[in-house]
Amino acid sequence: MAESIPVEEHHGDPAGDHGHHEMSFVSKYVFPLDHKIIAMQYLFTGMFMALIGGFFSYVFRMQLAFPGMEVPGWGVVSPADYNALVTNHGTIMIFWVAMPVLIAAFGNYLIPLMIGADDMVFPKINRLSYQVFLVSAIVILGAFFVEGGAFGGAWTAYPPLSTKAEYNLTGLGSTLWITAVFLEFVAFLLGGINFIVTCMNSRAPGMKMWDIPMVVWMIVIASILFMLSVGPLLAGGIMMIFDQNLGTAFFDPDRGGDPILWQHLFWFFGHPEVYVVLLPAVGIVADVMTTFSRKKLFGYKTVLYTAIGTGVLSFTVWAHHQFIAGIDPRMANVFTVTTLLISVPIAEMLFVYIATLYGGSITLTTPMLWALAFIFEFLIGGITGIFLGASGNDIYMHDTYFVLAHFHYTFYPIAIIGTYAGFTYWFPKMFGKMMNDTLGKLHFWLTIIPFNLIFLPLFVLGASGQHRRIYDFTNYPELAQPWQQDLRILASVSLCVMLGAQVLFFYNVITSWMSGKKAEKNPWKANSLEWTADSPPPHGNWPEGLPNCYRGPYEYSHPDREEDYWPQNEPA
Amino acid sequence: MILDSLLPATASTYAADIDQLFDVITLLVMLPFSVACYLFFSFIFRFRAKDGEKAMYITGTEHRYMKWIHRAHYPVLTFDLIIVVMAVNVWYDVKQDLPEKESEVRVIAQQWAWTFVHPGLDNTLGTADDITKVNELHVSKDTLYHFKLESLDVLHNFSVPVFRLKQDAIPGRVITGWFEPTVTGEHDIQCAEICGIGHGLMPARIKIKGAAEYAKWVERESALALARHMEETSQPLEIAQR
Repeated sequence: MAESIPVEEHHGDPAGDHGHHEMSFVSKYVFPLDHKIIAMQYLFTGMFMALIGGFFSYVFRMQLAFPGMEVPGWGVVSPADYNALVTNHGTIMIFWVAMPVLIAAFGNYLIPLMIGADDMVFPKINRLSYQVFLVSAIVILGAFFVEGGAFGGAWTAYPPLSTKAEYNLTGLGSTLWITAVFLEFVAFLLGGINFIVTCMNSRAPGMKMWDIPMVVWMIVIASILFMLSVGPLLAGGIMMIFDQNLGTAFFDPDRGGDPILWQHLFWFFGHPEVYVVLLPAVGIVADVMTTFSRKKLFGYKTVLYTAIGTGVLSFTVWAHHQFIAGIDPRMANVFTVTTLLISVPIAEMLFVYIATLYGGSITLTTPMLWALAFIFEFLIGGITGIFLGASGNDIYMHDTYFVLAHFHYTFYPIAIIGTYAGFTYWFPKMFGKMMNDTLGKLHFWLTIIPFNLIFLPLFVLGASGQHRRIYDFTNYPELAQPWQQDLRILASVSLCVMLGAQVLFFYNVITSWMSGKKAEKNPWKANSLEWTADSPPPHGNWPEGLPNCYRGPYEYSHPDREEDYWPQNEPA
Repeated sequence: MILDSLLPATASTYAADIDQLFDVITLLVMLPFSVACYLFFSFIFRFRAKDGEKAMYITGTEHRYMKWIHRAHYPVLTFDLIIVVMAVNVWYDVKQDLPEKESEVRVIAQQWAWTFVHPGLDNTLGTADDITKVNELHVSKDTLYHFKLESLDVLHNFSVPVFRLKQDAIPGRVITGWFEPTVTGEHDIQCAEICGIGHGLMPARIKIKGAAEYAKWVERESALALARHMEETSQPLEIAQR
């Protein structure tokens, strides 16, 4: 890896089509071609949507803890409100928060910078991708203001509830819901093509496939998984729109259709989707962890193979969401086996991450705390999945709060903890300022402790037989016991604490951005190429000329060197 | 076991099997989880940055380190195998196998109520003495029932937590399953699949009675059902006589 590579002519002229003329505010920030600005658009849109999704969860958790109360900021929560809130909380958090932030924002920001390119290969497709995404965000939120209100048939949108207005009572809302999801997928297909092509074609001279930083690899694999899985759901989305509006009967059993068909199309996408958002977070954690433990990533190729293995297996497990949905019961046996097999690569990946800590020199900075928390919390999410993948046990656990707690222990580490790890780590590069570490750590603890206090009680409630999407449990004598209500109140109060703690984060971001300590090029003494650009990098990233690459990104504490890091662009 | 105390009471023949599976899975996942947590936290503590000490340089391709990762697969795969075998066995008993019935009941879900059709004295469905009840399912202890589950509109889910039983109801299909109550008592039936704005308002009750008490109930209710049937079918005559 350390052999010297002749410096070749760079592809293109970095300053040729960038930055040589002053751009107006509108063309720079509203219709940008610069990958970093597009990343910021995705990031801030995603954060805005996270605030909305978080607000929804506050409203329905208050209703569950104190049924019938007038929730400050919303009012009394009607059953229709409750359904619309849980449905859109789920949809928004996955499709409008996890996807845009983890894949689009980090992908756009990091891929060109980490592979040493001046921009994406298709900057205009990139811009189009965000514009389509923005439209989709407006459509999903707009559904709250149309007649009948927003769709309330759960984020899985099972027909016939989702296809017939006489059943869901939100005819317009449900069409807008599926339209928004459809548009959002189009946006990410455009973005994904860009990520894959850019990573394959624009790498710095000398950067071999095994020299690509893990986060870039993971976003590329995630984009491939997304492209392979989204087709069936896009087709399903069109069928659903036709069923709702044009009188077709793809999912209508009265006229020869089959409602289960949608479930297959949805989950064939839906399960790989978990890994689509998981992988970028796993990649972020790899980069953060190696930097702050000054350690080479343990088994670079092993991590990569486990990611690919998990991705491939994830296409074979979808029906574990449908064990008791009326599929042929014999199929459950097959899907139990494939589902439990996924534990093999995922366990290996987590072991490798823990092994990376071995022999390190660990500093617990704010990004490192987030990265470590990701591993621990995701471990809990992983092991609780075994309960649900085992068909016999799923007969009881299916659609209880145990499921809900399980997937929040996977999605929360992915979408929130992973994002905070990445954001606090690359903040100096993005904004040219250091974040306040004390505030950052306070924010960390005030987020992570309440998070566990929200969802650990929900495991217990789920085991006690509490089902999902019921707006008032006091209607069920066996769910109205005082200890259960106490746990619900504990979860809801913890949620309020956690949401309140996010104020600290925004305060920290704004004050650090405005008046934080100026960040140097490489404040963390990290290896990958983005740290050789200015903080923040100008349009074109390296106006003085693109970097070369001489080695992999994780050469920390190399025995031949005095320094404990070895930047990728430093000639041997 | 202690872990069972998280779960509600049991009232069917297979509930204990599912609880046992839950216990075994809990034990088997807690083992690797505890090891992973121990290593994770001890590494963070042991390898915290110290002045003048450089981190080790380990690529993770060396056999002496890699073997620890490979060896971890053996317990993971063994545990997976145990869980798969147990889960499939339980699944087979509950969902794939259909034991000989002693009685049957029709369960009809709709937005937002349950209708239960019980056989009358003849113990057969589809006859004039069938007993129809809304949001009340009456069954006799120690009797093996087949349920015939259907839906009139959207998806619903027939869930009886004390039985550990759950099955989606799908419009256009009749899904057959079975249960055998083992303890008398009264418990919740929930709808476990979102079915519209009234999804939270679909509570029903299951009333498990002793054989004698159930027989008395059937006698009274099916006589009433028969009377109702005769009243409906011979209505014009009765009006003329009045």
